[in-house]
Amino acid sequence: MSVLEQIKKQFSRIAVTEKNDRRAYINADNDTAKAIVVYAVNELRLRLSTISGVDTRPGVELLYHLAADREARVITVRTLAAKPDLEINSVTPEIPAAEWVEREIAEMLGVKFTGHPNLTTLLLSDDWPAGVYPLRKQSFESRQELKETEN
Amino acid sequence: MAKETMIPIGPYHPLLEEPEFFKFYVEGEKIVDAEVRVGYNHRGVEKISEGKTYDQATFVVERICGICSTSHPFAYTRAVEDVSGIVVPERAEYIRTIIGDLERIHSHLLWVGLAGHFIGYNTVFMWAWKYREPVLDMFEIISGNRNHYNMFKVGGVRRDIKESDVPGLLKAIDDVEKFCNMLLKAVIDDPVIKARLKNVGVLKKDDAIALGVVGPVARASGVAIDVRKDHPYAAYDRVSFEEIVMEGGDIFNKAAIRLLECIESTKIIRQCLKQMAPGPIDAAVREVGSGEGIGQHEAPRGECIHYVRSNGSNNPERHKIRAPSFMNVPSFKLTVIGESIADAALITAAVDPCYCCTERMAIIDRESDKVLLTGAEMVRLSQAKTERLKNKCLY
Repeated sequence: MSVLEQIKKQFSRIAVTEKNDRRAYINADNDTAKAIVVYAVNELRLRLSTISGVDTRPGVELLYHLAADREARVITVRTLAAKPDLEINSVTPEIPAAEWVEREIAEMLGVKFTGHPNLTTLLLSDDWPAGVYPLRKQSFESRQELKETEN
Repeated sequence: MAKETMIPIGPYHPLLEEPEFFKFYVEGEKIVDAEVRVGYNHRGVEKISEGKTYDQATFVVERICGICSTSHPFAYTRAVEDVSGIVVPERAEYIRTIIGDLERIHSHLLWVGLAGHFIGYNTVFMWAWKYREPVLDMFEIISGNRNHYNMFKVGGVRRDIKESDVPGLLKAIDDVEKFCNMLLKAVIDDPVIKARLKNVGVLKKDDAIALGVVGPVARASGVAIDVRKDHPYAAYDRVSFEEIVMEGGDIFNKAAIRLLECIESTKIIRQCLKQMAPGPIDAAVREVGSGEGIGQHEAPRGECIHYVRSNGSNNPERHKIRAPSFMNVPSFKLTVIGESIADAALITAAVDPCYCCTERMAIIDRESDKVLLTGAEMVRLSQAKTERLKNKCLY
């Protein structure tokens, strides 16, 4: 049984889109998404390639790219860290590979990963103003704020 | 440990890629704790890319890395092609494969040379860099540039390989293979190098899987992952080559894997040059539809992955880049603790993040919080250890 079928069997109420035989996308709510990612990595031995964060109107979309290396397929689990809190459970306690990836997203997009063991500055400078997130779409306002803090 | 007393040593060369700042906490000679800070060269390429058209972004991502400058365009163009299912002509796939693997050879030779320098084997350094030159010459023949080849575009490649150049390239690749074989024998059979690198900086298989490391670092620890084999793309499924996997996980394995991969790469390039049939090299893409795409490429340092979201306009709505070193660098903490300071320079360089990292290392004594050693001193220490081993082996 392919890993995608195993995921479908384990989690019955998820929306799966198979774009082609190499790419599949799964939409899920926060808790299910975490459960799928942890199950896929720790049980099915998929590899968490990375997590992409996309700033959208309702919040920050998180896409967990899981590489199924034996099946030449990349399965992407999509979930939304909703505004205004942008809070989501961290997968780092279960998957150590996510530590840096989540730290990067927290810095760049302002997502709060609850339960992350070490959510400190990774890429931005130590004196970067709090609450300014460079990869957000409203970066113009962020830049204005940055200017004000500099002055 | 009061981190406030930390003093960074060494200038931050903006010229070199990926500056990292390692802090090692030591008790006597032994490293007990380690920290790393990255981001000194964060240029916000993901944000810049959002303001560029799909064609322009290819040039932007090419400038992410100076050494493996084709890895990012390769992954990026594949991501854009994945958005709307653009099919690349066969000849272009072959040319992409040739560029991708020529780059692997020159990047690995560069690392082997630097590793040789770190352990005081300047002959290895000079050989490796001398034999890297013909590879750069091949790039010049194909693209006109020794680095930053600008060969990639969405839907194909920019330049064709002229039929009249092929015999010369085939001869050059034969020479490169001969050099690599010679270098491999010289490195693997040397008792001093073996004593110096065996069982140093071991990354266990379980740890390698847990940390999600990629490329030669993973393969040296017995994790058989290679995008070229696992997710066949370009012409990699039309040529035969071996995926090199070793079990030890130490620096010796990492060095051997890189040299063996160079030899495999020469095989790939030779087959591509021979198999390539004449034909178009560009799919003439008029527009990129809306949607999202993922592109992977096995860069010299491991899997490079790009995610592109398009809203149907001229430029990407979101472009996420994950370079292989982002997964490999965190593994240093497991490999370096418990080792001696003399090995630290080499271990942190073993994942091939970039050699400039060592210039940013500082050793802090746990009791006094004083900075004890600079990067240059660490290289000297490492070379002194080799000298000691050499004397022991020879006399």
